[in-house]
Amino acid sequence: MNIPAEYLLILSAVLFFIGVFGFFTRRNLVSLLISTEMMLNAVDINFAVFNAYCHPGHLEGYIFSLFGIGVAAAETAVAIAIIINVYRNFHSIHIKRLKNLKY
Amino acid sequence: MEYTILILILPLLSFLLLGLAGKIMPHKVAGTIGTLTLVAVTALSYYAAIEYFAAGRDASGVFAETMPYNFHWLPLGDTLCIDMGILISPISAMMLIVISTVSLMVHIYSLGYMEGERGFQRYYAFLSLFTFSMLGLVVATNIFQMYVFWELVGVSSYLLIGFYYTKPAAIAASKKAFIVTRFADLFFLIGILIYGYYTGTYSFTPQTDVLATAGAVLPTALLLMFIGGAGKSAMFPLHIWLPDAMEGPTPVSALIHAATMVVAGVYLVARMFPLFIGYAPEVLHIIAYVGAFTALYAAIVACVQTDIKRVLAFSTISQIAFMMVALGVCTSADPHEGGLGYMASMFHLFTHAMFKGLLFLGAGSIIHAVHSNEKSHMGGLRKYMPVTHITFLIACLAIAGIPPFSGFFSKDEILVACYNFSTPMGVFMSIVAAMTAFYMFRLYYLIFWGKSHYEEQLALYERGACDHEPHKPHESPARMTIPLIILAAITCVAGFIPFGEFISSNGRAYTIHIDKGVATASIILAAAGIALATIMYMKGESRITAKINQVLRTPIKAAYHRFYMDEVWMFITKKIIFKGISAPIAWFDRHIVDGSLDLLAKTAQKAGALIRPMQSGNVQTYSIWFLAGVLLISAILFFL
Repeated sequence: MNIPAEYLLILSAVLFFIGVFGFFTRRNLVSLLISTEMMLNAVDINFAVFNAYCHPGHLEGYIFSLFGIGVAAAETAVAIAIIINVYRNFHSIHIKRLKNLKY
Repeated sequence: MEYTILILILPLLSFLLLGLAGKIMPHKVAGTIGTLTLVAVTALSYYAAIEYFAAGRDASGVFAETMPYNFHWLPLGDTLCIDMGILISPISAMMLIVISTVSLMVHIYSLGYMEGERGFQRYYAFLSLFTFSMLGLVVATNIFQMYVFWELVGVSSYLLIGFYYTKPAAIAASKKAFIVTRFADLFFLIGILIYGYYTGTYSFTPQTDVLATAGAVLPTALLLMFIGGAGKSAMFPLHIWLPDAMEGPTPVSALIHAATMVVAGVYLVARMFPLFIGYAPEVLHIIAYVGAFTALYAAIVACVQTDIKRVLAFSTISQIAFMMVALGVCTSADPHEGGLGYMASMFHLFTHAMFKGLLFLGAGSIIHAVHSNEKSHMGGLRKYMPVTHITFLIACLAIAGIPPFSGFFSKDEILVACYNFSTPMGVFMSIVAAMTAFYMFRLYYLIFWGKSHYEEQLALYERGACDHEPHKPHESPARMTIPLIILAAITCVAGFIPFGEFISSNGRAYTIHIDKGVATASIILAAAGIALATIMYMKGESRITAKINQVLRTPIKAAYHRFYMDEVWMFITKKIIFKGISAPIAWFDRHIVDGSLDLLAKTAQKAGALIRPMQSGNVQTYSIWFLAGVLLISAILFFL
């Protein structure tokens, strides 16, 4: 346990912004979903890191990480279901095809 | 007398039943329900009237008004309150009898007259509605309740005039009737509001001390109320709707536009009579002059009309004007010195309702037989329709004022009241009475005497000059002739009712005595009118008639067109009111009022168009905006 906290935080920040970049630039719904998951994982890492380095002996951060993972799993299931339905209706999962949903 | 509430409830229930479920009923059931309801209402009305008058006079010698029902419906302030209830007084008891009798006759008669018509159930539903409203009007405990029912009779009149709604003339007539009477009712409402504001009550008989303070505005309020009454009772110049209202079914004309609704104005003035006589005698004089002019005008017009229902309509206007005059010439509340007109007016209202109802029902029977309203399709009908002929003749004798028929007695009282007021007024009304005799007998001879239209057509047909066999006139079925006979019987005996014993201007008993001079003069004048009609019309239109028509061509044409009163109204409304007032108001509304609102709407639309592209439907654009927002807020939190 002698990895400096900065390394882990840099990892989390990089992971988060890769997610943000992917979310803004990719056009495939599945890619967007993956990007979102990456952002969530970055947040989970942050929780775990701050718990371990700032408040050792407490468990809140870890528990929140576990929560985050659980929520992410559920969210993925819902999102995949939506994507499948989008494909059935539009025969494509290109994000530009979803413009009609604004009405 | 709590059962009197049933007099109102029964016709209302019948209206609801026939109105809601009429369509699924056979004609016979609907007619029976309507008629049986009226039988019950008539029985209750007679019972109530007999019980009321049998209870006798109180210590001061008058029949005390009783209120079996009265509840506060709408409190408007500490003292001002609109009540609903039932008030039985001598005149309302009399009106109950008149309305229920004529209405029952019309219900029975319509079973025959309207047989097989489309909308038969609707017809009976409307008749029930009308009966309900009219009975509610006469038993009203206060002026506002009267106004509510006043409008209800207006609407039922509208519905029944427009009963044949596929006929454009009927639609136009119903609209005209509604608009003209509604216009007059506006003044009525203003009068009521002024009255209520200054006296603090809507009651017919406010406290004397309240009246002392409100005395100055009472004449105005009463005059405005009279204008409302003039609209309903077809006084000149608001009479224009009544002749057109004859487009409705004939029994309806008999019930609404001859016997009951059109006398509502007279009833209103009679109801407010103590106030008129005490605080606004000058308004009574205005009523007398308006009435006298209307009587003459309508009598002249009635002399030249060719549609038999129009003749009767103008004769109705003229007779109602007689009642108005009788009320107007009163100068005191004591029947022995100047208050005779009140009793005379109510007496004439009673007898007129019976014989005018009879005349209209007779006319309906004739129209039923010859399928036309025009005099040229009639003539010589006495052989074909004996019952109608005799009953019609009785009614004509009554309206002409020949003893012993009822019209003589009531008209004689009116003329005596007029002579008491002033000799010119008496002479004037006597002349109008003579004209009444003339035009009624002109009508009688044109229908029942002279050359038969049917026989002429038959002769033409037999010679081969006409390809279809003419329709032979026939007597109407018993359902139609029995009401005629009953009404004729009432017309024969009603004059002998000691009317003054029940109704007089101050409530005390008054014994009617015939003034020999006036009676002789009016009989001679009536006989002269009848004689003139006999010479001119008995054998068809004689040479003398043709000559008179030739000499008086222009005035006769003017009278035929009712002295162009309709055109005058059209000019006033279309050219002056529409162009001068309504059109600028419409322009202001369309361009200024609507324009400012349009401006607001346009601004909102423009603003919307400006920011609409931001909602592209592209999720990633949204998220960029979201990110930008987050960064901005973070920057603000970070640097401030």
